[in-house]
Amino acid sequence: MLELSILWPSLLNGLTTGAVYALIALGLTLIYGVLHIINFAHGAALMMALYGVYFLQKSLGIDPYVSIVVMVPAMFAAGYLAYRYVIGVAGHGKDENILLVTLGVAIVLENLALFLWKSDTRTIDTAYTFTTVPLGSAMIALPKLVAFGGAAAAAGVLLLIMRTTDLGRAIRACAKERQGARLVGIDVEHVFAMSFGIGLACLGAAACFLLPAYYVNPLVGNGFVLIAFTIVVLGGMGSFAGALLGGLLIGVVESVGSLWLGESLGQMGIFLIFIAVLLFRPQGLFGARA
Amino acid sequence: MRQLAPIAVFGVAVALLPLFVTSGFLLNAAIMMLYVTLLGLAWNILAGFGGQFSFGHAVFFGTGAYAAAVLQAKLGWNAWATLPAALALGAAVGAFIGALSFRYGLRGSYFALVTLAFAEVFRILANNVDFTGAGVGIMVKLKAGPENFQFATKAGYLYVILAFVLAGLLVCWWLKNSRYGAWLQAVRDNEESAAALGVNVFRVKLGAIALSGALMAAAGVFYAQYFQYIDPGLAYGPGVSIEALLGPIVGGLGTLWGPVLGAVLLQLLGEGTRGLFENAPGLSLMVYGALLVLMVTFMPSGILGVLRRKA
Amino acid sequence: MILQAENLSVRFGGLAAVDDVSLTVPTGKIVALIGPNGAGKTTLFNLISGFVRADRGTVRFQGSDITGLPPHAACRLGMARTFQIVQPFGAQTVRENIAVGSHLHHASRAAALHAAEAVAERVGLRTHLDKLALNLTIAGRKRLELARALATEPKLLLLDEVLAGLNPREIDEVVPVIRGIRDSGITVLMVEHVLRAVMNLSDEAFVLSNGRLIAHGTPREVTSDPAVIEAYLGHGTAARMKAAYA
Repeated sequence: MLELSILWPSLLNGLTTGAVYALIALGLTLIYGVLHIINFAHGAALMMALYGVYFLQKSLGIDPYVSIVVMVPAMFAAGYLAYRYVIGVAGHGKDENILLVTLGVAIVLENLALFLWKSDTRTIDTAYTFTTVPLGSAMIALPKLVAFGGAAAAAGVLLLIMRTTDLGRAIRACAKERQGARLVGIDVEHVFAMSFGIGLACLGAAACFLLPAYYVNPLVGNGFVLIAFTIVVLGGMGSFAGALLGGLLIGVVESVGSLWLGESLGQMGIFLIFIAVLLFRPQGLFGARA
Repeated sequence: MRQLAPIAVFGVAVALLPLFVTSGFLLNAAIMMLYVTLLGLAWNILAGFGGQFSFGHAVFFGTGAYAAAVLQAKLGWNAWATLPAALALGAAVGAFIGALSFRYGLRGSYFALVTLAFAEVFRILANNVDFTGAGVGIMVKLKAGPENFQFATKAGYLYVILAFVLAGLLVCWWLKNSRYGAWLQAVRDNEESAAALGVNVFRVKLGAIALSGALMAAAGVFYAQYFQYIDPGLAYGPGVSIEALLGPIVGGLGTLWGPVLGAVLLQLLGEGTRGLFENAPGLSLMVYGALLVLMVTFMPSGILGVLRRKA
Repeated sequence: MILQAENLSVRFGGLAAVDDVSLTVPTGKIVALIGPNGAGKTTLFNLISGFVRADRGTVRFQGSDITGLPPHAACRLGMARTFQIVQPFGAQTVRENIAVGSHLHHASRAAALHAAEAVAERVGLRTHLDKLALNLTIAGRKRLELARALATEPKLLLLDEVLAGLNPREIDEVVPVIRGIRDSGITVLMVEHVLRAVMNLSDEAFVLSNGRLIAHGTPREVTSDPAVIEAYLGHGTAARMKAAYA
């Protein structure tokens, strides 16, 4: 079972999936780190983004990797508006309230998708869907490799924004000290909305990388929500490094785990890790105690 | 004491319903309203009275449903006999999850997430284990007769679900009028103050989640008997978890009648939506989701919660 | 001695919040715990009442070692405390709030509610019994905090700045209540900044500064102690005052 020839492809598979998980988790951890919101709608938003990529390809023939230039700004705008006019308004600051609001938004989005597009699972076909690339003894699907590279690049861009731009500085200020940020003239509500937008923009990118190797249906978000939370909690709420490493780790665990336990029991392993982390080390690997 | 009278009136009124209503459609609607009320009553015990918001209450529901189905299908138990077993199992699962979560101080969003994770774990387990019929699920064999918890007419089911709901209402009445209930609500409102006043916070929370789990398991048993089929998605999926929390949030957290009011309103809203848009899939749920957002934004303690404040 | 704390110490990160503090509280007296802000008074309360685990040291209550007992256990043994930042059960009425405390000794709901009324009378909240706690003024909330703790029928009452935020008239109304509590046989250990009340009420005082105990004696003795004056007013003030008034 532990022969390299079986383990190696599984490992690579896990890493490529994990990279996309990491990108999804980055958005979630940014939203948590800055707004202290556990965004239950993250999975549903990803689902909508996937449909976006799907329809851009199906109706307009735009290649998913090209549609990044549309999806990222579109998701950013959606996130900004959603925070500014729905989520930010509804919260009243209470933990459970925001949780319920984002849950409500998730329900609305899922069922909107169900209503508009029915429950059929859809995939897209591109020229390279079935192309594989040899890496050592493994044959890795090209879309997955591109996903890995793309996710890494997107994460890099995000980190660059956070470190070098004024917005990034403002975001970090608001995350650390809300009142203080207000006092120095930062428009905190605007920054929060920007952060939420960026978090969703990550999903836009992730969707572009994900769809070629995956599928979409209205319920696909559910599966990603828990995995994303697991990664964020494992890596540490608000920690970028944690989200990246956590994503790769979870991807590998899922892939290697399913070698032993089969696919669905492998998934269970992830949730057991989640529970264990929540109970025994809620600050995760890199985070501060929430 | 004065709160008991309305419960009795409610019970009698509903019990008399089959005398005046014979339409299967309407009786089914009443049964579903009561069923959703039961889900809400169970969730409300932990969330409304105890302040711990669970997003994975299906974990208890599924346990009860599978207890009923498995004990009958695999071990030949009588249907009614599965009820006490389901209650015990529901309480046990509650105590297990509660002991872990509360021992390690999980609150708020973290607690909500861990309950969700547990529900998923159980769902995956049920999906992969022969004992529960794996993905195919289990059918409860047709064995007509009240002694088998199966009724020829809807009225029979109505009486059973009514009995469960009345039990739930009595439990909530007890929470409002007992020492334990006072302790529980104190823990909800401020754990530290409660501890400073001699309340064993851990034990109190544990009791609440066990109680909530047991009542939720009873709803699961009813479901298994009424629909005669259960599978992992129905048992442990997010659908039930969400159904359980919508009623109390709309109707009034931590109130006696909130879950009832919520269930009735949601049912009416659902019917109205279905009527207007002719069975479009997902539409009524979408409306529920929007309602959730609206309620939390403008009336976070629910309709009855707001009315109580103004009194 | 109803309470004996010995060598209590706790560090938070690198900071010694409470550093080797020993104090005793004689039964039936009112003892004050004073000191500048940040001295560690509330932390000391937390150590004594079980909300924080001490790194070192012991607490004996009525002769038995209660070190490390959780707060609810300490309360059941007869030690009640209030909080500096009042934490009422907001959505409940005054009566219901107090009843939570009464329930420690009254299992029946009716009995607890009835006992709550008596306690409310004692602290002057009778007319507010049916008000929601969140609708009370700060003075009302402080009294509610006091009432809840009293309802648990304690032998020792730890009051954490129960007079903070009250205006002079309100203070004058609460002082006799505290005296009445002592007269009814309950020992009181109070953290307090309002020196007027400390001088008036307490039989003896302990002074904490930077986590250490720096003085102990009658209120008069303690407030003329140079070390105490230094702690409150800063370097050299004691000497300057002595020189100025010599």
